[in-house]
Amino acid sequence: MSPAPDLAGAGTSHSFVLASDPLAVRTGLAKIAAAQPLSQLTADQRGTVEVVLAEVLNNVAKHAYAGGPGQISVSLRLLGAGLACQITDSGVAMPGNQLPAGGLPGRGADPASSYADHSLSDLPEGGFGWHLIRQLTEGLHYARVGGQNKLSFTIPL
Amino acid sequence: MQLQTQTRPKLLSVLVMEDRIDAASAIQFKEKMRDLTQSGEPRVVLDLARVQFLDSSGLGAIVAVKKLLGPDRALELSSLTPTVEKVFRLTRMDSIFTIHPTHAAALSHVASA
Repeated sequence: MSPAPDLAGAGTSHSFVLASDPLAVRTGLAKIAAAQPLSQLTADQRGTVEVVLAEVLNNVAKHAYAGGPGQISVSLRLLGAGLACQITDSGVAMPGNQLPAGGLPGRGADPASSYADHSLSDLPEGGFGWHLIRQLTEGLHYARVGGQNKLSFTIPL
Repeated sequence: MQLQTQTRPKLLSVLVMEDRIDAASAIQFKEKMRDLTQSGEPRVVLDLARVQFLDSSGLGAIVAVKKLLGPDRALELSSLTPTVEKVFRLTRMDSIFTIHPTHAAALSHVASA
């Protein structure tokens, strides 16, 4: 991957703070999408970043803060190879202090798996979030530090 | 959550008038779809042309609507925008829906079921 020196502000870290509920996540994502560094990306790249951030932020709201109030910090830095992201919250830790397993709900990690053979009533209505995050990121890392959850990853662009 | 419907013989079209189906609107989307599809048409085409963004909650709601319709009725999709198409593809949910490139293509498509 080559660096992208032509991008104004490349390498500068941009921070955002969001409240922890689905509507605040929606509003916050719109604000993040319109600001640096996402404003420099193509619509497709921005869409990918929005999907990842929506899954991560809604997971924090739903699980770490369990639907209660809280703050989520998002730090974004555009690098030559992609967008480096760090998401920090003060909610409860991930179960077992580790990331949930990947794979599609009900299908495991087989990349060739599909749902074509599932009966209608067996189709999953949830559990896609971590699969999407894992598919669209690299270097996914979780740490519990000083009562905070820190999730970091890069979205290749 | 604004949904606009058109009824044809044996076919109900639902155009989503929002630019996103996300965690904040997924439950409302599912409930409105449940109400709108009470009329019983065997084919329901969900036109997603205006939907620029879908997260896993929105995806789950669309799957839930398919399940609500049951095995004798079809939920088909049309006009997926790039990010929405990506979410369906990465979760393999593109394998359980008939997906039409445009709403016009959906109308001219004769259901094989």
